[in-house]
Amino acid sequence: MNVIRSEWTKFRSLRSSVYTALLTVAIAVGMGMLISSGQARGYLEATPEERASFDPTNLSLGACFYLAQLAIGVLGVLSVTSEYATGMIRTSLAFVPRRGMFLAAKAVVYGGAAFVLGQVAAFAAYFSGQAMLAEGGAPHTSLGDPFVLRAVAGTGLWLTGVALIGVALGVLLRATAGAFAVLVAVTLVLPLVAGLLPEWFGRWWPTMAGLSVTNVVPNPDLLGPWQGMGLYWSCVAALLGVALAVLRRRDV
Amino acid sequence: MAIGGRYVCRKRTEAHRDRPIRADSVLRMSVRIEARGLTKQYGHTLAVDDLSFTVEPGRVTGFLGPNGAGKSTTMRMILGLDAPTRGTVTVGGRRYGELRAPAHEVGALLDARAVHPGRTAFHHLLALAQSNGIAAARVHEVLELVGLSAAARRRAGGFSLGMNQRLGVAAALLGDPPVLMFDEPVNGLDPEGIRWIRELMRGFAAEGRTVLVSSHLMSEMALTADHLVVIGRGRLVADSGLEEFLRSTAEQEMLVRAADPDAFARLLTASGGSVRRGDGDALLVSELDGAAIGKLAAFHGMPLSELAPHRVSLEDAFMELTRESVEYRAGAR
Repeated sequence: MNVIRSEWTKFRSLRSSVYTALLTVAIAVGMGMLISSGQARGYLEATPEERASFDPTNLSLGACFYLAQLAIGVLGVLSVTSEYATGMIRTSLAFVPRRGMFLAAKAVVYGGAAFVLGQVAAFAAYFSGQAMLAEGGAPHTSLGDPFVLRAVAGTGLWLTGVALIGVALGVLLRATAGAFAVLVAVTLVLPLVAGLLPEWFGRWWPTMAGLSVTNVVPNPDLLGPWQGMGLYWSCVAALLGVALAVLRRRDV
Repeated sequence: MAIGGRYVCRKRTEAHRDRPIRADSVLRMSVRIEARGLTKQYGHTLAVDDLSFTVEPGRVTGFLGPNGAGKSTTMRMILGLDAPTRGTVTVGGRRYGELRAPAHEVGALLDARAVHPGRTAFHHLLALAQSNGIAAARVHEVLELVGLSAAARRRAGGFSLGMNQRLGVAAALLGDPPVLMFDEPVNGLDPEGIRWIRELMRGFAAEGRTVLVSSHLMSEMALTADHLVVIGRGRLVADSGLEEFLRSTAEQEMLVRAADPDAFARLLTASGGSVRRGDGDALLVSELDGAAIGKLAAFHGMPLSELAPHRVSLEDAFMELTRESVEYRAGAR
């Protein structure tokens, strides 16, 4: 508990935490509205097949998992790499020699912050995005519709995982630039180029599988929402486990 | 630096009345640092090689060695940050990693710059305090103690090195520990800061704490340390009191200035002395004591302008001792 309180103080005492949090929500809402408005126009010109796969819920959340995730990922990465960059890590681990405890406290605090932030961003993006779709004359949903609430809350949960991947990569790579580059590759670049890769890749790549839950109109190419979530979180947990093993063994 | 001045005054005039460091701490003093066969290997390089020493309470132990001798590595092993390849090091009989609230046992200042620049002094200390269950009130106490109260709400990024040093000392004092360690604490400090650190360390030792301070500067240690642990290339070179260290490493030499140094040098050699040249026309004589040299000069009617024991400086003694173990040297083959 002491270590969690300590990490929470570290989190809240940096301006960058506040800026990152505000940026996350601003991107989720701002870019989300732009995407929704653009897609609403696209819907009006779409073919019937395209209209059949039109998923207003998923569209309104797109800015969360394409863009806002970068801000949340940075939060997770920096929670660890800023300690390495400044040398603070030595002081931190001298005060908390139990490294498992140290990493667990980081995961709880930064994962917890990302969870709250992710939910706020997802719900804000959803509501503002649906408003834009409605305004543009495209189909839109409400939270009471089947699977919509699951999709929105699932987005927030997925963002939590991104922050934790950031924490783990921060421990493994220690440098901000390296950890962030890998994070972007894993959560953004590979999913974007998945169309060029064999079909199984998009189905089994963990960060893509974890997003299956955000589809209200089922996408047959992806794993089911629960299997996808399970695969995603197993991988997040495994990555944290590897990070812990490395942190325990390594000299600081 | 007004802050520095204030602390120094306070320390001198009020320390004993106020007891800025809690009085109860004296009860659990007498904690030793013990290294036994401590070894750290990086690839094929032995950074620390079978090092055994004990750091005793109640005095300042200078941990001395040229740059790259393994001082910082040893200190990191004491703090459990680096794992020894072989051997053990314990604090109060326990490995550092076994300590549950280590801030109450050991306070360390490794690198004063190792602070997140965006965090205020207060929050930096608060986060560290909380991790060991130390109350926020103690944070204000240590800030007061190092003279940083006025800067508590300022971000550490704007601090001078001297202020960072004070912040680092404040962090080390949070748990009011019986053992304190400082790694090269005077590096880059202005004279005011240097004096502050020195008096602080002397004060801690006087309170019965165990103080280990590393330095590559012999002259600095001469002013601070009671006891020396000298290492070179990771190996123990000496473990002795300051005076003893001097005596053991320096042969007693006499400094002689004679009217005709060359002639007198021949006379000295003929009488069994061993002579080398000092600065200018000075002769440095060993194997003969002052009385013998005086008699010799009188017998031969040689006017002497100076005849005195040649104090080998600590720096010289140190250089002499570690010459074999300096890894990088100007003009080395």
